[in-house]
Formats: sequence, structure tokens, C-alpha cells
Amino acid sequence: MEIDFMDSQIKGVSTGTTILAVTFNGGVIIGSDSRASIGGYYVSSKTINKLIQVHDRIFCCIAGSLADAQAVTKAAKFQISFHSIQMESPPLVKAAASVLKELCYNNKEELQAGFITAGWDRKKGPQVYTVALGGMLLSQPFTIGGSGSTYIYGYADAKYKPDMSREECLQFATNALALAMGRDNVSGGVAHLVVITEEGVEHVVIPGDKLPKFHDE
Amino acid sequence: MAAVYMSANRSENAFSTVDLVPEWAQEEVSTGTTIMAVEFDGGVVIGADSRTTTGAYIANRVTDKLTPIHDRIFCCRSGSAADTQAVADIVTYQLGFHSIELDEPPLVQTAANLFKQTCYRYREELMAGIIVAGWDKRRGGQVYTVPMGGMIVRQPVSVGGSGSSYIYGFMDSNYKPGMTKEECLHFCTQALALAMERDGSSGGVARLAAITEEGLERRVVLGNQLPKFSNA
Repeated sequence: MEIDFMDSQIKGVSTGTTILAVTFNGGVIIGSDSRASIGGYYVSSKTINKLIQVHDRIFCCIAGSLADAQAVTKAAKFQISFHSIQMESPPLVKAAASVLKELCYNNKEELQAGFITAGWDRKKGPQVYTVALGGMLLSQPFTIGGSGSTYIYGYADAKYKPDMSREECLQFATNALALAMGRDNVSGGVAHLVVITEEGVEHVVIPGDKLPKFHDE
Repeated sequence: MAAVYMSANRSENAFSTVDLVPEWAQEEVSTGTTIMAVEFDGGVVIGADSRTTTGAYIANRVTDKLTPIHDRIFCCRSGSAADTQAVADIVTYQLGFHSIELDEPPLVQTAANLFKQTCYRYREELMAGIIVAGWDKRRGGQVYTVPMGGMIVRQPVSVGGSGSSYIYGFMDSNYKPGMTKEECLHFCTQALALAMERDGSSGGVARLAAITEEGLERRVVLGNQLPKFSNA
């Protein structure tokens, strides 16, 4: 989980952002804020969706240059669905993360985007993978990313426990996003959360005024 | 399969940061430290890690960053060790003199404003982020933060130094007004432990102090006694 200080040096539209993915008992929750900005001075979108569905039970969220991220996820989506048709079965989350990693690693000089891939597959159940800026791939029980993540390392370390219930996990993810959005000026807007389980995919959107409030607000 | 990717157009940008903001404001300043202070009814609790670094070498792994300025007023130092020691010495002298003239214990607000005056006047030369905390008869426990640049603001709870970025979320969610002294000590210990685990420039032992009307109580929490949060 490297600190994303590159965000402030990205020219063009960037997703100075807060993204996270957390596994719980039976599934995984992936979440993000919804702000896109240019250099931290202008909010170019208040309601952007950073949670991209790359397959039925696999999502990824993006941090860094929006253009790079869109280009990479478009290519990855194609490769994953092709792979899935060839294999005649839903793709593994690890396979999807691997595809993103290959793209990031082989083009590391030009690209400035990092990803979190999360999903559910039959082989290993719920999983979370991080693909960092240079193309490193890492599997973790939970992970946070983007510029806003620096402010919630302490909170996440203290509050995460393995095998949470769906409700506990939702509360953890919502609180973490709200705290990061409260301190990071390039994260904000609404909180997008997607709950992925064997049964299906559920998208939860929490508008800014319904986010949890803390002692000084 | 070879594919060509268009990287984002980086050369033209109407909002390029180079013209709008001076060079010095764009640089990352690392003040290898974690410091914090919390008000409670009847006093304050202050805390800091104990690492001083010169580059990658830990020059002192048992530093005391909680410096007394007067009997019931302390400051937590972050930034350049030389700069903060020099400023603290200056303020200790000024405050001591003022207290003798007044024939009364000085106010925390006075101490904080003295820090601000020096830090603001010499803002270009100094690299000092200071938290001033203490107890006085007029307003009880108070925490004032004087970050780099020389602003002053009173806050019920404040964190500083490079390690502080990682615990803003923890601080916002765990601080509640109306905590007791023991709760504040526990809160500070946890926050420092979390920051020390994530920040490479913070570490060693956690030093804490509780300042009340009665006096001063100092505590040290050794490395192996710190709360653990690893979930690997």
C-alpha cells in the first residue's frame, strides 16, 4: 500500500481519491468517493463512478490519471471477457487482477494509474488484490488506496477485523470513506459502495449529507 | 498481442500548478515525528514518539520531544530539531521573564502566542511545527497548535508531524468531548502506536504526559508494550 503522492503531480484530470476494498464473511465490499479534479484546484466531476465492473462478480476501482485508468480498464475488460469465453467459466479474481498488472507493468513508463481489484469466485471466495503504480500485484484481506487513504491508515489498522459480518463491513467501509473525505480536499462527493457475494452484486450510494458525522462537524 | 495506449496529454494544462503556487509550497516537507495533545476537563494529555533521524540514520531513538516551557505548560516539537530547540529556549526565557513581572503563573495562551510570534517572524528560515499545551487557572486545560508558517489555533485535540497524516481518521472517529484523563491517555497511546507502525520516521517509545492543576505525570510506553494492530 504505497502512499499516492503522485496524485498531486498528475496533469490533466486525476482522481485524487479514496478507494478501498474489504473482505468479510461471505463476500467483499469495494468502495470509493466520487470526486474528479484537475490539479486539486477544480472539481471536474462531483459524481464520477470509480467502480468499474470488469466481469459479473469482479470490480475494480481506479486511482491516478483518469485517462490512463479508463484506457487500461477498457482493455482489461475485453481481455477478461475473452478469457472467460475461452475457458467457458467465470474468470478468477486473480486472473482479472493479473490482466491489470500486466498492462500496468508493461506500460509503466507511460501510465500513472493504480487499481484495486475485488470480487468473488468459486475457487477462493472473496478476494482483494492491489495493483500499485509500477505494476506490483499483492493479495490482502483489505486494502486502501488513493490520496485520501493516508489519513485512514490508523483507523483501518485499528478497526479492521477478519471475518466481519456484512453489516459490520459496510459500517467500516462507510466510516473509512467518510473520514478520508473529511480530511482530503481532493476526495469528496458521495460514497459509492458495491457489495459482491456469491448471490450477486449490490450497489449502495450514500450521498454526502447522509455520511456519518464526527465530533467536530 | 501488442496494444498501444494513449497516455494522458501532459504538456498542455490551463491549470498548471507551477505558476499559481510558489515552488516552496509544492515540496513535500517531512517532519519525521508524531506528536499530539488532547484537552480534558481539568488538564491536557500530550504525547510524542521518540525518534530523531538524520536521513536514514536514527540519531536518537529515545528522544524527549515533550519540552517544558513553564511549570504547567509544555510544548511538543516537530520539524527540525535545531530550530525547535532554539525557539523553545527563546520562549522559555520570554515566558519566565513575563511570569516574574506578572507575579503569577503564565497563561497557556500567552505561551502559544509567543511561539507564534517567533515562528511567524522567522517563517522563511524555520522548519518548526509546534503544539503548545498546558493548564492555567483562567481556562483550564488548553491545546494550541502552531504549525509551519506561524498560524495559531486552539483545538480540543491536535496531531502533528509526518506520522500525523495516518491518524487523522482514527482521531476524528475516536475522539469524544468529555473524556477522562485515563481515557485520553489510552487514546493517545493507541494513536501514537498506529502512527509509529505506519510512519518510517516515527518510532521508538511513546512518551506521554498529563498536566493538571496538581502537577505533572509522565509516562513511557516501551516498544514491546505498545498496543499491536497488525493483521497480517
